Amino acid sequence: MQTEIVVAGFGGQGVLFTGQLLAYAGMDEGREVTWIPSYGPEMRGGTANCTVVISNEEIGSPMVEHPTAVIVMNRPSLDKYESMVKPGGVLVINESMVDRPAERKDIKVISVKANEIAEKLGDKRMTNMVLLGALIANLPVLPLEAIEKALKGHLPERHHKLLPQNYQALREGEKYKVN
Amino acid sequence: MARELMKGNEAVAEAAVRAGLAAYFGYPITPQTESLEYLSRRMPELGRAFVQAESEVAAINMVYGAACTGQRVMTSSSGPGISLMQEGLSFIAGTELPMVLIDVQRGGPGLGNIAPSQADYNQIVKGGGHGDYHPIVLAPASVQESVDLTVLAFDLAEKYRSIVAVLSDGSIGQMMEPCELPPMQPLKTSFPDWAVSGAKGRERRFLTSINLNPAMQEEMNLRLMYRWQEVEANEVRYKEYYMDDAKFAVVGFGSTGRVALSAVRAARAEGIPVGLIRPITVSPFPSKVLEELSKQVEGMLVLEMNAGQMLEDVLIATHGQVPVEFYGRMGGVCVLPEEALREIKRLVKGPLTTTGHPRDRWLNRIAKKN
Repeated sequence: MQTEIVVAGFGGQGVLFTGQLLAYAGMDEGREVTWIPSYGPEMRGGTANCTVVISNEEIGSPMVEHPTAVIVMNRPSLDKYESMVKPGGVLVINESMVDRPAERKDIKVISVKANEIAEKLGDKRMTNMVLLGALIANLPVLPLEAIEKALKGHLPERHHKLLPQNYQALREGEKYKVN
Repeated sequence: MARELMKGNEAVAEAAVRAGLAAYFGYPITPQTESLEYLSRRMPELGRAFVQAESEVAAINMVYGAACTGQRVMTSSSGPGISLMQEGLSFIAGTELPMVLIDVQRGGPGLGNIAPSQADYNQIVKGGGHGDYHPIVLAPASVQESVDLTVLAFDLAEKYRSIVAVLSDGSIGQMMEPCELPPMQPLKTSFPDWAVSGAKGRERRFLTSINLNPAMQEEMNLRLMYRWQEVEANEVRYKEYYMDDAKFAVVGFGSTGRVALSAVRAARAEGIPVGLIRPITVSPFPSKVLEELSKQVEGMLVLEMNAGQMLEDVLIATHGQVPVEFYGRMGGVCVLPEEALREIKRLVKGPLTTTGHPRDRWLNRIAKKN
């Protein structure tokens, strides 16, 4: 059983960290994981993405043509990744940064005004955690508790005062469970 | 020991530290720079030598000098930097010094780009520098293997007084995976009897790659070749997947080898009897294994992120006994499992032939598509 997740958005939106958090959570749960970023002559405000694979056995390719799930945090990422999601897969859209609905009917689409939710919680930088919460609610790969544990276990001590807010952001995202 | 999530380049650097790396010399280049960056902090912390040289040419010559002391030394780079190092590498081979070279391959030729590639295979495996010598070349496919093979590289380098290259690529260098690091080894305190350490109270030792007497140089050449035969006899490493009942085999090294694993699993799920051979030492190449395999299977598919460099070694090993097909991506484009699966299906469907060259058939297919 293998799950592939792509997180994509602008540099600075916490794209790479979101993926790393998934990888940490998977590893701490005893699974095999890989995390691979797009890397290039990148700049702030440019696009960034990473692919995370979580599996029960030795992982082959760290990248795939058709991932099980994708989080898109901006419009260019929606345009790039919508067509790639595996049929029956999950697409989480940051509605705050995307001005069109998804077109696919054969996947589960979850649209979340994540910027607004994060701002209401006190910090726009938690947008990624809201979206991650929404993903976890709709993708049976890891329990939300594993994500919370990974946040606590791998976030540097000096940031631990931010943990309760981040947990809250994850829980707000979790409310977007689609059946 | 607990597993840590580490980036390939940093894991290699820490593995080298734990293997007793005494001195590192290098110059930054993507996608390898994290190794150098990590060591720039880690080595001074341990009171060991770290030098960011003014160029790769300088770095490899610093390695040359430091290797003369018998200490464990290393450098790391990527294609363009490795090219600059070739003169020094040949001198090191000619002086019979142990050293570890990490090549995190990127798209080429020329400056190319910084995306993953396997196009340095010929350069690293076939020697690169001038003269008759063979480096030992280890090709990791994961972060854990990068760690394990870096440690092994130091041991083999000393055992055979040889250059040992770890042939990685941008994807393995940049990816994060859980890995278990080896225990910390202390720095070496005893040194072989060729090492220069100050001749006070003993006869002077002399290390050089120049030998103006051709007959004596030939003696040295022979010594290297006999040593290489020993390496070939003892150090071949590879990994097999699903080969027991396989009628077809995929051959791929490094990151393409693991992409092939995904494709082989998908093919098996559809009932296709295919397996995978992943050479871990691409030099010495597992030629005998492939020769034996050529009697077992009906066809082979070689996958690489280049235009078929290892392919030539597969063809030599199987010497026309089995049909071989090739599929490659170049320029920093990675092979994805879905396209590898399509190629497996093409292989199984046939027609198969042992005449002509697999590279020509591959290029013809691409030309037809465009």
